[in-house]
Amino acid sequence: MRISYAWLRDYLKLDLPADELAEKIERTAVEVDGVIRPSAGLKKVVVGHVLECVPHPNSDHLHICQVDVGEADPIQIVCGAPNVAAGQMVIVALPNSWIGGHTKIKRSKMRGEVSNGMLCALDELGFDEKLVPKEVADGIFILPADATPGEPVFSYLGMDDEIIDMSVTPNRGDMLSMNGTAHELAAIYDQTPTMPKVDLTEDAADLADDDLNITVQADEQAVPQYKMRLIKNVTIKPSPLWLQIRIWNAGMRPINNVVDATNYILMQYGQPLHAFDFDQLDAGQVNVRFAKAGEQLTTLDGEERDLLATDLVICSNDKPICLAGTMGGLATEVTDQTTSIALESAIFDAVKIRKTAHNHNLHSEASMRYERGIDHGATEKALDAAAAMIAKLGDGTVTSGIVVGRDEDVQPVEVAITLTRINHVLGTDLSLDTVSDLFKRLDFPTTVTDDTFNVTVPSRRWDIHIPADLIEEVARLYGYDNLPSTLPTGQPTIGKLNETQQAIRDARKLMESAGLTQAISYSLTTDSKARAFALHASDVTTLDFPMSSERTTLRLSLISGLLDDLAYNNARKEQDVALYEQGRVFFSQPEQVRPKEVEHLAGAITGSMVKTAWDTEATPVDFYQIKGIVAGYLKSLALVDPISYVATTAHAEMHPGRTADIYVGDQLVGFVGQIHPTTAKAYKIRETYAFELDLAALIALPKARQQYQPISKFPSITRDVAMLIDDTVTNADIVALINDKGGAHLQDVHLFDLYNGKHVPDGKKSLAYTLTYQDQEATLVDEDVTKAFDKVLSALTEDLGAEIR
Amino acid sequence: MSLQDRLTELRDQGLADIKSADVLKKVNQVKVELLGKKGPITEVLRGMRDLTPEERPKVGAYANEVRDKLQAAIDHRRDELEQAAINKQLAAETLDVTLPGRQVPQGQPHVITQIITELEDLFIGMGYQIVDGDEVEEDYYNFERLNLPKDHPARDMQDTFYITKDVLLRTQTSADQPRSLESHDFSKGPLKVLSPGRVYRRDTDDATHSHQFHQIEGLVVDKHITMADLKGTLTLVANELFGDQFEVRLRPSYFPFTEPSVEADVTCFNCNGKGCAICKQTGWIEVLGAGMVHPHVLEMSGIDPEVYGGFAFGLGPDRFAMLKYGVDDIRNFYLNDVRFLSQFYKKG
Repeated sequence: MRISYAWLRDYLKLDLPADELAEKIERTAVEVDGVIRPSAGLKKVVVGHVLECVPHPNSDHLHICQVDVGEADPIQIVCGAPNVAAGQMVIVALPNSWIGGHTKIKRSKMRGEVSNGMLCALDELGFDEKLVPKEVADGIFILPADATPGEPVFSYLGMDDEIIDMSVTPNRGDMLSMNGTAHELAAIYDQTPTMPKVDLTEDAADLADDDLNITVQADEQAVPQYKMRLIKNVTIKPSPLWLQIRIWNAGMRPINNVVDATNYILMQYGQPLHAFDFDQLDAGQVNVRFAKAGEQLTTLDGEERDLLATDLVICSNDKPICLAGTMGGLATEVTDQTTSIALESAIFDAVKIRKTAHNHNLHSEASMRYERGIDHGATEKALDAAAAMIAKLGDGTVTSGIVVGRDEDVQPVEVAITLTRINHVLGTDLSLDTVSDLFKRLDFPTTVTDDTFNVTVPSRRWDIHIPADLIEEVARLYGYDNLPSTLPTGQPTIGKLNETQQAIRDARKLMESAGLTQAISYSLTTDSKARAFALHASDVTTLDFPMSSERTTLRLSLISGLLDDLAYNNARKEQDVALYEQGRVFFSQPEQVRPKEVEHLAGAITGSMVKTAWDTEATPVDFYQIKGIVAGYLKSLALVDPISYVATTAHAEMHPGRTADIYVGDQLVGFVGQIHPTTAKAYKIRETYAFELDLAALIALPKARQQYQPISKFPSITRDVAMLIDDTVTNADIVALINDKGGAHLQDVHLFDLYNGKHVPDGKKSLAYTLTYQDQEATLVDEDVTKAFDKVLSALTEDLGAEIR
Repeated sequence: MSLQDRLTELRDQGLADIKSADVLKKVNQVKVELLGKKGPITEVLRGMRDLTPEERPKVGAYANEVRDKLQAAIDHRRDELEQAAINKQLAAETLDVTLPGRQVPQGQPHVITQIITELEDLFIGMGYQIVDGDEVEEDYYNFERLNLPKDHPARDMQDTFYITKDVLLRTQTSADQPRSLESHDFSKGPLKVLSPGRVYRRDTDDATHSHQFHQIEGLVVDKHITMADLKGTLTLVANELFGDQFEVRLRPSYFPFTEPSVEADVTCFNCNGKGCAICKQTGWIEVLGAGMVHPHVLEMSGIDPEVYGGFAFGLGPDRFAMLKYGVDDIRNFYLNDVRFLSQFYKKG
């Protein structure tokens, strides 16, 4: 809503700068997008009097004008506008002036004739083309005959006004009008506003009822009020300049006196009005109902619209002529030939209008107001004001009486609140007088009994129903700046992360210290990417009406998004990328309406984690590096059950020879491995290793009780074993066997060498382990260790076919 | 020559030899030669048996004095030479300390996580619990229980991804509020929760819009929570994120689930309130929305608004990060370009 400061001064005595007023509105009522100054940036644009206008000898359309600009001698200006003529008062951009679009006008020569400036059209002064009246769109603008040559032109065009552009919140529909804004500012500045008076003269001999006949078929909730007036013998013509100025400064285009009057009253009262050409109605008959399927209506913008059963329509003899509260129909539009006006002032249900505006993508000044609500107590006042204005501007007569299709009994709302309650909620210590005064400034009639205020809220503030609404009125008028600033007191509470939240934070820290940077990827992706890398088979959760084919489905894994991130980096020549993500995946649950959201942890690494440097050779990431990161993290969880890595070919997107499922006990908690080269190619990434862990499952698993183990005072003894063994025997097999046969004092088995190069027969590999023995209670005897060690050696030979070296 | 003179001669000669010894080996050699069992001083002492009983102690004392002096000179010289040798070795070991240290791979938290963690810690310190609601939520909790019935115009502000007619991707972490309210046991004290998390809006991604972003909602409900408490809390948040040199202003706003509703602005940190492109010439930057919990929201959760009341606030870490670090494209947060991620050093 654009509020003209000049117009506001009709209501209130306001002297403060517009910026201060805007700031006050913003701090007390609604957001302000800015203060518009139409003349900002324009300079040396003055009134000119065209004394002489002759055709240019070398042109078929230019004219040479001698223009009085208030100086001793007239100046010569060449003008190309078709409507320029001697005797006119015009807009002159003098040499070195600045006009709209930050354009500078210079003295020039046009086809041999000197031109000392330019005669201007409105759009050349920076007017939005949408606001320029159509009749002056194709030529220069002609100022009133009493303009004074040489004076700046701005005051003649309302361009010296300052316009406050308010962004009105949905609850403050009352401020979508000058009257409402004036009431608000009156409360803010403690003034009594001068409200507009309606001076309506009716033609007592001509009863509106005789010519107009209204039936409202729609229910009372959809159409609580529907009223019309009939104005006859109207002459359609352009509005006077003062009205045009108010209209264009409000951000609308002046059309003609009748339409401008309805728009003016709309701005003034916030009541949408619609003017029908009475002679286009079928025998003066008007009916209001819901549209029927298959009905059509051509609206004012020339669009033929298929009406929906949810649309309220105004009909004449049951033929739709107007989309109620949204846009009029072309057939009953006011034209230059119109002489009688049927003027509508009505209230339509906010939800119905919202649906119609939404379904037809038709958002108008009227629909916007209906959606936010209308003052149910002002329909007649606005109707009278508009009828009087139309009659005055169009030299017509208003027939006698309002034709009422439907009316309702509008009662003010009574809300009671105690001073104690106000202070309790605001944390203030306001006195009875202070609060009484605020209600008085709002012009809410109030009686006080003990500490209770009984407040009568006028219909113009339909947003106020309950005590909390009154508290807001008190708070904002008293000023949020004046509220004390405290912190909640009361019973203390313990603030603390719960176990899961702490575990998630710990996981993040561990990933970061292992060299992985946190990524946050999109949860929504394509169907196939959403399904990729799923730890458990599951259906996906899909949007009903996605915005794009790239974002249709909720992910089942985090790896998929990380690979997109890697691809983004690889495409930008970033080859070394190590990312992790912690977030949710969404397993659908057939029996539930919502999917199961499970916290996961995943990582993806490509390239090397350290760059080649003067002392370091970059090593490309491999399976064992990423497994080390996973193992380090799992170790930090102190899980009771043993962790095992089992080779798997079950994940279609993973390398079948380089992927392990991760188990804790016999529960599958994740997998780690190399991305399948085919998958990597599809994602447009280089060789990549990744893991995905079910973090929620890991957090839920039993944790070892932390208990101090005394450090043995007795020395340990080590034995090394090197063996040649079949490639098919895994490290896990060997370690398991050693642990099984190692005896009571075997403390640790450590693989220190793996070799399968030269001198190792095909199908074999060479492995070497250190076995550490220790007794907590006594010094180990060498012979005992040897005995135990020999048992291991023979088991390795007999059970696994190892050749001890 | 008297024994004393002989000792003096030995002393002077010895001191000269020690001084001229330029390697440790020579010092040791001088020591053996002078002070050894077959050395001249031992020999002098052996000659003392020829002296008178009166002379004996004098010469003996003098001999000890000479021996101690020589021993001290030897020790001193030895230290000198050892120190010189160490210094020589250290000089040879000198490194270019300006060469870079060996790399240790080091990751870091996402900038949005940094902001969320910072605020979580601030509020944990004030006794808040952290609540993680579901990202897939029912329309009923996301909207209706927050006083946003179907067809409410304020729903236009939040275009929504629906999964079914009744299930959606949450548009606000306030969706947790009704669940927190209905599950809280007020006999155990006030409800104080902070809900950070991902939210979704049906938007086309561009520099200033993202279909996925983050929100942090706070909610406090107790028997006596005031708007002044809200103001104090919001001021604390703004100071934590932007520094306490900036002014905070509250101004009226509208949210269906709070009444009164306010928005909080801080002085534009870029221009200090003078007006610039970042604050659109207003001198203020809008940072969060808040208000006193609407009585209907409490009632719908079975809480008597005559007895209990509270405040709620919400803010966007993405927007904070954009403002605080001058990030001009919100998509940067979700594309995970390592050149972007690595710019925010602070640890979460």
